[in-house]
Amino acid sequence: MTEHMDIARTEGPSRRQFLVGSATAGAGLVMGFSVLPNVTGGAREALAAGNYSPSLFITMEPSGITTVHITKSEMGQHVGTALAQSVAEELEVDWNDVRIDFPDSHEKWGLMITGGSWSVNWTFDALSRAGASGRIALVDAGAKILGVSPRECAAAGSRVTHGPTGRSVSYADIVARGDISRTFSEDDLKGLKLKSFGDYKVVGKAVPQLDIPAKTDGTARYGIDVFVPNMVYGRIVPPPTRWGAVAKKVDDSAAKKVKGYVGVVVAEDVTQVQKGYVIACAETYWAAEAAADAIKVDWDPGPNAKVSTATILNHAKDLVNDPNQGFAWVLEGDVEAGLGQAETTHTAEYITNTIYHGIMEPMNCTAVLQDGVMHLFTGCQWQTRCGAMVGEAVGLEPANVVVHQQYLGGGFGRRLEPDAMIPAAIAAKEIGRPVKLVYTREYDLQNDFHRSLTFQRLRGGAGADGRLVALEHSVCSGWATKRQAPGFLAESVDKKGRIDPFSMNGSDFWYTVPNHHVRGIENDVSQSATPPGQLRSVAPAWTFWAVESYIDEMARKTGQDPMLMRINMLDATGKNAGTPPNSVGGAYRLRNVLEVAAGKAGWGVKPLPENVGRGIASVTSQERGSPSWTAVVAEVHVDPSSGVPTVRKLTIAMDVGTAVNPDGCLAQIEGSALWGVSHALLEKATVADGQIEQQNFDTYLVGRMDIVPEIDVVLIQNGHYPSGTGEPVVTVVPAAIANAIHDAVGARVRELPITPEAIKAAMAEA
Amino acid sequence: MAILTINGGQYVVDVPPDTRLLWVIREGLRMTGTKFGCGAGLCGACTVHVDGEAMRSCQLTVADVEGSRITTIEGLDPKGQHPLQRAWVAEQVPQCGYCQSGQIMQAAALLNRNSNPSDGEIVAAMNGNLCRCMSYVRIKKAIKRAAMEA
Repeated sequence: MTEHMDIARTEGPSRRQFLVGSATAGAGLVMGFSVLPNVTGGAREALAAGNYSPSLFITMEPSGITTVHITKSEMGQHVGTALAQSVAEELEVDWNDVRIDFPDSHEKWGLMITGGSWSVNWTFDALSRAGASGRIALVDAGAKILGVSPRECAAAGSRVTHGPTGRSVSYADIVARGDISRTFSEDDLKGLKLKSFGDYKVVGKAVPQLDIPAKTDGTARYGIDVFVPNMVYGRIVPPPTRWGAVAKKVDDSAAKKVKGYVGVVVAEDVTQVQKGYVIACAETYWAAEAAADAIKVDWDPGPNAKVSTATILNHAKDLVNDPNQGFAWVLEGDVEAGLGQAETTHTAEYITNTIYHGIMEPMNCTAVLQDGVMHLFTGCQWQTRCGAMVGEAVGLEPANVVVHQQYLGGGFGRRLEPDAMIPAAIAAKEIGRPVKLVYTREYDLQNDFHRSLTFQRLRGGAGADGRLVALEHSVCSGWATKRQAPGFLAESVDKKGRIDPFSMNGSDFWYTVPNHHVRGIENDVSQSATPPGQLRSVAPAWTFWAVESYIDEMARKTGQDPMLMRINMLDATGKNAGTPPNSVGGAYRLRNVLEVAAGKAGWGVKPLPENVGRGIASVTSQERGSPSWTAVVAEVHVDPSSGVPTVRKLTIAMDVGTAVNPDGCLAQIEGSALWGVSHALLEKATVADGQIEQQNFDTYLVGRMDIVPEIDVVLIQNGHYPSGTGEPVVTVVPAAIANAIHDAVGARVRELPITPEAIKAAMAEA
Repeated sequence: MAILTINGGQYVVDVPPDTRLLWVIREGLRMTGTKFGCGAGLCGACTVHVDGEAMRSCQLTVADVEGSRITTIEGLDPKGQHPLQRAWVAEQVPQCGYCQSGQIMQAAALLNRNSNPSDGEIVAAMNGNLCRCMSYVRIKKAIKRAAMEA
């Protein structure tokens, strides 16, 4: 795949000015970061010329209605509300006056991506400074109207008030005057005094989410709900293998008998997202369905026709067994020397199976080619990449591809991919009419960019003090980043090659282990046969599954309390001391959440009935640079005769620093806790003859309401920088469940999902 | 040609009789609150009421429902203020929101025949409705709130 992205891991405004200026008379106030540095002339002129970044801008109408324009994708995390709260806090605008919207993407607007729990974490500071700048401009303008010194004025509730006299003027009236033009330099922005934790009025409040009402009455518009004039429906004829099949011959003679059939598009995909497509097009959805079923294709199944789950797993084992494979992610101390000092050694291997995103809204896109511009109506998490790839597929410059963002019926990393947009665009170009292309569930499941199967080996030793003195950790998986954005690959610490950080994060944990070596290995068979994607919580979902299971095993082998063993290794020394602002406090914050979760769950105190066990685990997902300190205690019952596990309770403690919207955080934590249960006990896709075997929710199992245990959440806020809440709990729950199962019946299961059969087998071994 | 009664209105639709009700509602009549999830009756996203019963519209043909009274999320309450819809907002249930029309329609049918369901009865009635955001904790709370306030 060609490299589509050349992006450093930075986003949003930096080294730019912030502009606050009246729009053309009576049209309100615009606030935004300049696109080009060093704006000369007035802010009004620069804004009028369009020199501001639509990745973050705010408009205030003469009515006082303030709209925060947000480029993040709304996929259920209510990110728009949280980001608007951050702005409103410093802008001192009445929350009832605040609205949000989602502008279209365009290449000139820079990186647009939503994932990795980065949204609030990355932009909170920038949004706060934007809001504060707007407030200052409004206070100055208001003071002028009142004929007083701005130093004697303050803003609150969308009004500027003169302290000594109590006279005031509303933001609406100030904006209506239309004479604001202010530029804030980078130094000005840096010098702004922001509110501190405890002074917040809107941040930290569980204000109702702005997107929810439309999601209760059927009016919320998703990609699948788009209609455009003169459109046809496109339906892909599914290939026999997940990747690599080529249509040798296509016969649509039977399809021609279908009323409303328009034609078939047979095309290669130069982006290699797929090898190519056979797309039936028709006037109605049902005609496209009937036509696709009637089209006969002679397929060459391609190079993966013999690949099965066993092929992928066995290849992973071979790779891990070969010490020359892979590159170093962590290289500290000397593992062999450390093992020499160990009193107890232990080696264990952990597997996670291939899993499916299972977004409820199947992938879809409506593509319209008009005047040389390809318009894509869809829900998308990575407009920049997807737009560029569509451009490549249909021979248009990225500047001539526009993504019209709709609500996302689930994201979870699935909508980072352009795979529905590309065939829709190709078909629209070929047919000469707009095309609405909708995946069937079967196609969506088999042609997902799945989370790769992973295989890990941990070999380590504990010293006389019970702490790990050495750990060698090999992580073998597909590397989603290598497919998606090779520019995101990082140089390995042994300088031997480039490694996928998003397949390794979490293995560089916050425990202090003096001799620690982590090696990352790409599973090339998985990479080809089941092209991997990023799935909510990404690598920490497998690295912490292994690490947190392994520590539990070592604790039990050395006769320690698994919680105390963890705490003893969380000494916040060296690199684990943390760095401001994101990880201030370091490993001590993880220690604290462990103690809170343990205390709340009655760890070691509250007696348990027979065949019920408790397990503990802690994580710092997502990255070392942006940890959300998280611990959970799982309480699990195992039926000893059937092996069936039932999660009775999850006690979760998370230190998020500052929760911009605590109820939003809670919703994310509840949902991600259940994701953890679903991953731990149910979800598994298998491969046979190069194809995913499951086709729908009868064989690919996803947690339903009957999996819901009691969930007790402690959200810790201490005023530190906000961290993401959408993903960490996904990563902490499976190991806690496995550890609890061991506590209940002595069965150690090292493969996800944990099945009753595996528990029974492990019980027999124990 | 078939005549369908949906949300009190009559619609003449010219489609093959084996066309699925879901697609006629969504793509033909463009009432898009009813969602496509699996096409196999496994997820509940397409749930509508047929003569008051919660049914999967992806599993019904136009011929199946001629002469029946069909209600979609758009017709549950003229102002979108059914006790369940109010409870859904009060409990801040939806995340991505895609499955929620189906969840609400399923829950409405439950409350129609059982005004005060127990936890177990709620799970039994709702277990066929998938929510990938897994907002199940709040769905359960909202059903209880609606039952209490109705």
